[in-house]
Amino acid sequence: MNWIRRHIRPEQVRELSLLLLIIVAVIFFGSLIANYYTSRTFNRIAASVTIITIVAVGQTLVVLTRNIDLSVGSIVGCTAYFVGTLLARDNSLNPFLAVLIAVAMGGGMGALNGVLVAFARVPSIIVTLGTLAIFRGLLVDLSGARTVTTDSLPGWLVDLPRVNIVSIGEVNVGALFAIAVCIVILFQLGTTFLRTGRRFYAIGSNPDAAELIGLPTRRLVFIAFVICGALAGLAGFVTLARFGNITVEAGRGLELEVVAAVVVGGVNIFGGSGTVVGAMLGAIMIGVLEQSLFRLQISEFWRDALLGLLILLAVASDAVILQRLRALWARGELRFATPPKEKDEVST
Amino acid sequence: MAILNRLRGWEGLLLVILIAIVTMNVLRSPYYLGIGNIVNLFQLSIEKIVLALIMTLIIINGEIDLSVASVMGLAACILAWLFSIGVPFPVAILAALLCGLAAGLFNGFWIAYVGLPSLAVTLAGLIGYRGIARIFIEDRAIGGFPEWFNTLGQQPLVGPITIAIIIFAVLFIGTAIVLHGSALGRLVYVIGNNAQAARYSGVRVKLVKLTLFAASGLIAALAGILYTARLGSVRGDMATGFELDIITMVLLGGVSIFGGSGNILGVGLSILVILNLRNGMGLANITGNTQTSVIGALLILSVLVPNLAQTIRSKWIGRET
Repeated sequence: MNWIRRHIRPEQVRELSLLLLIIVAVIFFGSLIANYYTSRTFNRIAASVTIITIVAVGQTLVVLTRNIDLSVGSIVGCTAYFVGTLLARDNSLNPFLAVLIAVAMGGGMGALNGVLVAFARVPSIIVTLGTLAIFRGLLVDLSGARTVTTDSLPGWLVDLPRVNIVSIGEVNVGALFAIAVCIVILFQLGTTFLRTGRRFYAIGSNPDAAELIGLPTRRLVFIAFVICGALAGLAGFVTLARFGNITVEAGRGLELEVVAAVVVGGVNIFGGSGTVVGAMLGAIMIGVLEQSLFRLQISEFWRDALLGLLILLAVASDAVILQRLRALWARGELRFATPPKEKDEVST
Repeated sequence: MAILNRLRGWEGLLLVILIAIVTMNVLRSPYYLGIGNIVNLFQLSIEKIVLALIMTLIIINGEIDLSVASVMGLAACILAWLFSIGVPFPVAILAALLCGLAAGLFNGFWIAYVGLPSLAVTLAGLIGYRGIARIFIEDRAIGGFPEWFNTLGQQPLVGPITIAIIIFAVLFIGTAIVLHGSALGRLVYVIGNNAQAARYSGVRVKLVKLTLFAASGLIAALAGILYTARLGSVRGDMATGFELDIITMVLLGGVSIFGGSGNILGVGLSILVILNLRNGMGLANITGNTQTSVIGALLILSVLVPNLAQTIRSKWIGRET
């Protein structure tokens, strides 16, 4: 017990238990579904997790600062449609430029959210509920409800979901999934080691204190929203690559899955605790549920009901269990207080 | 006198906006102020304005309920499903209402007694209740309800007035009395201003919150049934996204998102503003999606404008002293 306390923080217990839950879920579904442990299952889960994961990373940053961004689904839809239209019109457009446009466009939309939340001091739930409607409304109107079709897109984009970085046997690690994993690693390192990253936690833990010690809280909240928008823009590009056919409905309701992934992944809805890796685990949990229920063929409609329950359990366990764990850990540190020499090892 | 004073503030602004919108609409169509169109005005959004009333209480209480539209869907789906398996219709209605009440109590339990943030709980509800609704209905559409039910929902009951409008009027007066003339109303404000202080003064904060969320669930179920009666059929995705309009109506009415302030007069005016605005945009051939965009912008503005006014005012006062 002492060893556990020393080396694992309560938040990590939360993530490890989610990992355990994922394994239990996989074993459970594996016993129900024939041919479950195949490369096909893995590939499908990876494909469905990619988009949610990318958006969830940005959402994590926003939630860490004690805010929420409900407009991500509309941002994904807008960027996917806009970049799709551009590429359909001009097939020779440079791929990197296309990605850049998607990211910049998402970042711009995120910046609008950020200005309203950070500088105009309108609560994020209000701002993003509003921009959720505004962005989607603009998309439907400006597009005239036309559809981007796969055959109008350049070949490299259509082939992108089938490009594999590594293939182990029949398990393929697609380029898009690899990008998502890279983003998770990058932001995990960033939020762990960079000063700006740590400051997101500081703001979420105690906004007043963060302001008092002179952190540029407004600017940091603004940055979080811009990054969230930019990643949603990137996810819009991935959506375009994966589905090819983009209607004005693309990405509708995605915000709910993303918030679900983040909350299930152990990011506290009150801000200040949680990790990017946790959010990815949350996304994987949702991906496993989604694909397994689909394979079970009982009813895909069970998914949302389970998702709601999962969010509730996640939030409840944060509130009830994590508090106790923290208290237990704190008591443990007092009781098993180590000599000053090793003290830096205990601090987190 | 008190009313005159009040009109100088936010409510006065709403009244001016309302008169401007109505004037523009009347200029566009001479039949605008006809009794038929006014009834239509209310009838087309009746479910939303019924829910705006209970949402007012919840937001003044310092909480939010994002799950109302999903509870509406859930109640409607349960009603349709029970009807489709042959349960007598009045029993099905009762079951749908009870189901809404149960959903509200469930939300309220987690928020009031476990102490979870209402944003998270009702977001889970938004997803979860919709999911449960879809388990019952899947992707079917169920219709063919009894004739009297559809008639009640679609035809006027007294003169040109439908039963839904009568229910709204009763609930509006009821909400006004509860909020401004009862002990419970005072408690709603007190808790919204400072829940901690309220608890230390012996207010039964948990019970008040549970009551409000239970009422919200029950009224959402009622709204779902009214919606079913008006449309004549039920689908799993009905009422999706209604929370945007409902929350906009409340916040535009001058209710603070942080709780503790706002009144029913403002919400009443803002309901009229939004109904007339939507109708006017319809007259001007503006599509539903642009209308939704405008409502979204209105939602942001309704919090942004008072915020900016506050900032300017405090700077002004700072300069004078």
